[in-house]
Amino acid sequence: MIRIRNLTKVYRSASGNVRALDNVNLDIEKGDIFGVIGLSGAGKSTLLRCINMLEKPTSGSIEIDGVEMTRLSPNELKEMRKKIGMIFQHFNLLSSRTVRGNVAFPLEIAGLDRETINKKVENLLKLVGLSDKAESYPSQLSGGQKQRVGIARALANDPKVLLCDEATSALDPETTLSILNLLKDINRQLGITIVLITHEMNVIKQICNKVAVIEKSRVVEQGPLLEIFSNPTTEIARNFLKSVTLSQLPEELKDRITNLNHGHLEDKIVKISFFGEITAQPVISDIVRKFDVDANILYGNIDHIQGTPCGTLVVELRGNNGGTGEALEYLKKLGLNVEVVENV
Amino acid sequence: MSETLNLLLLATWQTVYMVAVSVLIAAVFGVPLGVLLMVTGRGQILQNDLLNKVLGTVVNVLRSVPFIILLIVLIPFTRWLVGKAIGTTAAIVPLSAAAIPFMGRLTETALREVDRGVIEAAQAMGASPLQIITRVLIPEALPSIAAGITITTINLVGYSAMAGVIGGGGLGDLAVRYGYQRFMLDIMLYTVAILVVMVQLIQVAGDLCVRRLSKNR
Repeated sequence: MIRIRNLTKVYRSASGNVRALDNVNLDIEKGDIFGVIGLSGAGKSTLLRCINMLEKPTSGSIEIDGVEMTRLSPNELKEMRKKIGMIFQHFNLLSSRTVRGNVAFPLEIAGLDRETINKKVENLLKLVGLSDKAESYPSQLSGGQKQRVGIARALANDPKVLLCDEATSALDPETTLSILNLLKDINRQLGITIVLITHEMNVIKQICNKVAVIEKSRVVEQGPLLEIFSNPTTEIARNFLKSVTLSQLPEELKDRITNLNHGHLEDKIVKISFFGEITAQPVISDIVRKFDVDANILYGNIDHIQGTPCGTLVVELRGNNGGTGEALEYLKKLGLNVEVVENV
Repeated sequence: MSETLNLLLLATWQTVYMVAVSVLIAAVFGVPLGVLLMVTGRGQILQNDLLNKVLGTVVNVLRSVPFIILLIVLIPFTRWLVGKAIGTTAAIVPLSAAAIPFMGRLTETALREVDRGVIEAAQAMGASPLQIITRVLIPEALPSIAAGITITTINLVGYSAMAGVIGGGGLGDLAVRYGYQRFMLDIMLYTVAILVVMVQLIQVAGDLCVRRLSKNR
């Protein structure tokens, strides 16, 4: 669907050249919700803007449905852009137009007749749940409602791709969730491929099936979400994952663990991270029975990513005659990520 | 008394006529000039450094010539354009010539204040530069443009006081010829009073327009 090859973007300025994108390669399939995550300044916004040529790439190729974007004439580009919707962090609605007028705008640009426009606008407003706000002005709407208008507007010309530029970054967590759910519905119902950029791992976790991690103008990691989650290979990916998984133990727990550590020599506090299938197995009761250890669960956290459970348990193991060590070996053999917590 | 009244009425009418026609011309030419100045600017939708530079220079030159000089310098041009170089109608030419570049700059500033993101959104939808100008820039900047027209009108009231130099008449001319040169203090006071009221009315009407236009924004 979208094929990006060797994409490089260099901004030239008096104070020297800035390489915003460096040899980026991405493959986005039809129907994907593709997330690009990176810190601010990493180049993700430039990457998104290169897809619809709001930024002209310095070199490299961007193919959408077999069409090479970098070689289009201005008129061809205008036509192509009508099939690529875009929503923005700050919504970018026309303050001089009502909700209806804003959604009608891209249809007017496309030169449709009044009647068709009215009919389409009604349907779009129904889709985003704003039929009762048709005559309101943007200034009278909440952030979430404004983004819904933005989405309706982006969908007006039946795009194949929807680009989301930090679409939820200006919204509170609850509104973010409702907007993400709307995007997911749109992806499922209309089959629209979504490319979104964000600095929040939560957004990625919530709706993306694929993710690319961008750092210092380069894509350092990309693949199916589950793969990145279960096996992040770069530091930056691990850091992003920390924000949604339990890598940092809560403060209260740290005190308790420090106190517990003064106990029996063979007592150990372990952090077990698990992912997928293994969650269904009774591993804790297994080791209790097999190795004669006591297990005291101190902290636990289970989450679902794309329907796959994943989580972390912090367990205090008390055993005799080497039972603890054997138990740890056993857990590792099962494919669990086991880490002995010593210094907290 | 009735003679004074007649003088005042005629002068008021002349001022209103000169200002009204000039502001109309200033809007008709100044707004497109402002649009051109804005869209050809650096990083804008129709960036054109040469055109921008030329227009900018012409505007700056016109704006730096003192109006009293402009009145005289433009006499041949005025004669060519309206067939005469003196009188109220003739005064409209230099007044407009001064007001167009002023209105252009005010319009340019107003358009620059339109959120870049909104322009970008329109571009992302496949809007052409002309569509962006007519459907995004001007509608979004309309309240500021209206405020600019108000300022231009009030400026023109001030400039029109000098129209007497080329026989344009008007309140300023009356104040100078009767109030000052003939020591008729009452006429001086009346003309000043009328001008104060006129400027007040223009400002109030302009503010009302701006408020109407920016309703719900």
